Amino acid sequence: MNAPFFKFGYFGDDMSLVVAFVIGIGFGFFLERAGFGSGRKLTAQFYFYDMTVFKVMFTAIITAMVGLYYLSVLGFVDLSLVYQMPTYIIPQVIGGLILGVGFVVGGYCPGTSCVALSTGKVDAVVYLLGIIGGIFVFGESFSLIKDFYYSTALGQLTLPQIMHLPYGLIVFLVILMAVGGFAGATWVEKRIAAKGVKS
Amino acid sequence: MMSVEQTTAIDSIHVQEKQKSIRVVQPYWNPYLAGLGLGLVLLASFVIMGRGLGASGAFTALVTTGVNAVAPENAKSSEFFAEYLGDGSQSPLKDWLVFEVLGVFVGGFISGILAGRVRKTVEKGPNISVRGRLFFAFIGGGMMGMGAKLARGCTSGQALTGGALLNVGSWVFMMCVFAGAYAMAYFVRRQWR
Repeated sequence: MNAPFFKFGYFGDDMSLVVAFVIGIGFGFFLERAGFGSGRKLTAQFYFYDMTVFKVMFTAIITAMVGLYYLSVLGFVDLSLVYQMPTYIIPQVIGGLILGVGFVVGGYCPGTSCVALSTGKVDAVVYLLGIIGGIFVFGESFSLIKDFYYSTALGQLTLPQIMHLPYGLIVFLVILMAVGGFAGATWVEKRIAAKGVKS
Repeated sequence: MMSVEQTTAIDSIHVQEKQKSIRVVQPYWNPYLAGLGLGLVLLASFVIMGRGLGASGAFTALVTTGVNAVAPENAKSSEFFAEYLGDGSQSPLKDWLVFEVLGVFVGGFISGILAGRVRKTVEKGPNISVRGRLFFAFIGGGMMGMGAKLARGCTSGQALTGGALLNVGSWVFMMCVFAGAYAMAYFVRRQWR
């Protein structure tokens, strides 16, 4: 067998929607298990007293990154068939900053707000209405921002490419960085707790 | 003899205990365990579909469908909506991300109900009114919607997916999300603390 299965035609478009639904269930399940159905838990990250967001995110990134790397080294997954989004660097910088502000103001990101809604958070419903409003405004004013939206296009670009280092080495460096980050995050949590900041 | 107040107080304790025994709220999982689960779901998506996870794209499909139903000419005239409409042969809602996000709602509910965490509430700190919190939720959601479209993805599609694929734009995006949130956190601290 060759992977990605869908790209090799093991199943069709309609079946892919069933797969989407099942994968989504797994995604939502683990988001809620992590505590990401709670806006207070999520935003605690930005006040340094609960670094769960960082820990969960980077554990997930490492898991998928290492898994994909080994499966491609073994020749099971064709990495070139896994969709890599093209980079538009300046719009992504500005979009990321706006999104970060929206995260701490609104309390969620789009995926976590779905989980919050299913566990009964009324603010998540309002937040989702906000998202819908934001996308509507973006779509309606697209002609004004179109030039900026398509600016600084760099194509499909990966860290191994720009750093001129082997893929495996970058994987290793990301792991090192994350493990250092985990230790740092736990240290910060303890420090904040020692200072007696209530959580 | 107990006073009326005392018996009522004792009664209410009994009621509270009864409610507790009905719904035992479990603690959240260890973050590394939850992260491992999330990472395996993402890996499964790469292996089975050749693509990662997402969230905001599903809402774009929803908005596009709405605009198209109310004002089809308007939808076609916006290049952004037109892309989601495609050739019009099928609904934008028949989309991979839409079905994935439906699953997210269901998966979150399953986890929540199993852990006794499904409860109608407003997430906020003690220093803000419900109204104030809902106002901020709407504003934050609006910014999130615009930011995610500008960046071509949100925390799921860019940070998680692109992060695991070592995508340059996604890593820069991720740093900017944290930078933006940390820079803003102080100004909205009364909402959460």
